[in-house]
Amino acid sequence: MTLRVNDLKVYYQTLRGDVHALDGVTFDLADGEIMGLAGESGCGKTTLGKSLIRLDSRMRHVGGTIDLDGKDVPIADDDAMVPLRYHEISLIPQYAMSALNPTRKIGRMINELLRSRGVRPADISQELTRRLELVGLDADVLNRFPIELSGGMKQRVVMVMATLLNPSLLIADEVTSALDVSTQRSVAESLVEFRDREYVKSMVFVTHDISLVYQMADTIMVMYAGRIAEKAPAKTIINAPRHPYTQMLISALPEVGSTMEQGRLEGIPGTPPGLLNPPTGCRFKDRCPMAFSKCSEQPPLLEIEPGHWAACWKTG
Amino acid sequence: MLELSHVHKVYRVGAFGGGRLRAVRDVSLTVEPGEVVSLIGESGSGKSTLGKMVLGLSRPTGGTITFDGTDITTIRGHAARKEYYRRVQGVFQDPFSCFNPIFKADRVFEMIRTSYFPGVSDADWRDRVLAALATVRLDPGNVLGKYPHQLSGGQLQRVLIARALLLDIKLLVADEIISMLDASTRIDVLNLLSDLKERGLGILFVTHDLSLGNYVSDKSVILRKGAVAEMGPTLRVFENPLHPYSRHLLSCVPQLHRTWAEVDAELAANPPEDVVLPVAADEESAPLLEVEEGHFVGIDQG
Repeated sequence: MTLRVNDLKVYYQTLRGDVHALDGVTFDLADGEIMGLAGESGCGKTTLGKSLIRLDSRMRHVGGTIDLDGKDVPIADDDAMVPLRYHEISLIPQYAMSALNPTRKIGRMINELLRSRGVRPADISQELTRRLELVGLDADVLNRFPIELSGGMKQRVVMVMATLLNPSLLIADEVTSALDVSTQRSVAESLVEFRDREYVKSMVFVTHDISLVYQMADTIMVMYAGRIAEKAPAKTIINAPRHPYTQMLISALPEVGSTMEQGRLEGIPGTPPGLLNPPTGCRFKDRCPMAFSKCSEQPPLLEIEPGHWAACWKTG
Repeated sequence: MLELSHVHKVYRVGAFGGGRLRAVRDVSLTVEPGEVVSLIGESGSGKSTLGKMVLGLSRPTGGTITFDGTDITTIRGHAARKEYYRRVQGVFQDPFSCFNPIFKADRVFEMIRTSYFPGVSDADWRDRVLAALATVRLDPGNVLGKYPHQLSGGQLQRVLIARALLLDIKLLVADEIISMLDASTRIDVLNLLSDLKERGLGILFVTHDLSLGNYVSDKSVILRKGAVAEMGPTLRVFENPLHPYSRHLLSCVPQLHRTWAEVDAELAANPPEDVVLPVAADEESAPLLEVEEGHFVGIDQG
């Protein structure tokens, strides 16, 4: 088991009180598993991704533990996290386009990064060239400035950089959202290739695009308002979702080939609850067509069949 | 109603404007009342430039754009332009940046009133606002008197559409209006567009997302590097893509029930027939070839 997150709670501190962005998140990630993390904006998916590597100054670790390869990840202790970052846990940020230093050539930037992590660039340069070729980039990009590369090329450079030291866990946050469809496909396929070649052991792929995540992920976890709604193998989530939120989310997606005449799709009425003072009980109950009296209690996340977890009183 | 005929747009680029960038190349298309036309393309395909030219925010370098018989480039003067915007309005990608955070969101309605309907009485105006909000399926109690930060992206986007509806518009240019919205509210805005279509509104729907283009539109135009790659009735374009670029694009779209590997295997098993593409005589033109009725393919740009 690569990653085990147990009852993780991370709150944002604001002047008006704590925002309960992650409120008791529990899940496991197996070796070689690519997990897609999906949900609406504000559901806590990016917060979860960040909580696994670095809490920024507004985020406070309130409770819960993270285990990586059997060792505890001291997420609340920023200094103790330093040796883990990049070596064990790595992140591809949401806007890779702006993650590159515009005043440095790519090669120099990578060397600086490696030295700051105590690795001699010379030991790795061959591997670096090989991996650049793998994602379809010429080694010549190392002598270029970021401005000379297209969006897709920059994204691939950042991907190679983030995985250079073979981390156990890679967090990819909306890495393909800013790309065109054809570039999106090649970037997504390179990520799978990296997993197959064991450059990364397992991956959390944060996205709002469920149809993209279905193409590449082994499992999909759907979050709603700071909690997990459902986690299951990708095929199960798409074809046989059990949680009412997942069901409504999937049925609201237009597909290539579906038109208005063939059937009108319906969105989910209402908006997600604010997390400053989150409602008690199931957080989806106000928008849920199946809500009943029991929903005023918080439903536990239960394994309803092997590998399929859902938090709903109707599925348990 | 709207007719683009051999429209070109060349931007000057570089430090002294010495370079030339051809953003739109020889595009001709029409939008009829009650018709949704999707302009689909990747970044740099010229789709937004076309939208901007229709809205009069940028002038074509060649060709004509006519709306109800008048060439819109000949519209001069404040009053005439205002009349044009009474009938043609745009809604854009980012609803959050369309509002001034200092004022309440419904100020956009008030601004329409002061510039277009100064003579309308308060009660009458209120009825019109309520009717427009009802059309976009917003509850007036939830949006009137609220500040932009209190509303969600989907609500703001619908407020902007309601604002456009207060005018007597015939054509709506919708430039990537749902790409910033969540999956659960996206479909509501799309359904709204089709309701507006039923009322006889023509919509130019600019998008990079093929599945969205497919869902709402009657006619699809796939653009590449400024020129039309394929144009035709949406169903035909998506069921029987003729241009190699459209085929490639469609095979890259992530689908919900089929993986890329399955799509590729299917394509390899039944390779589509090649179509003879038209050849451009020079750098400027981009002829179209009619393969089926109303279904055109454009030039091959490598």
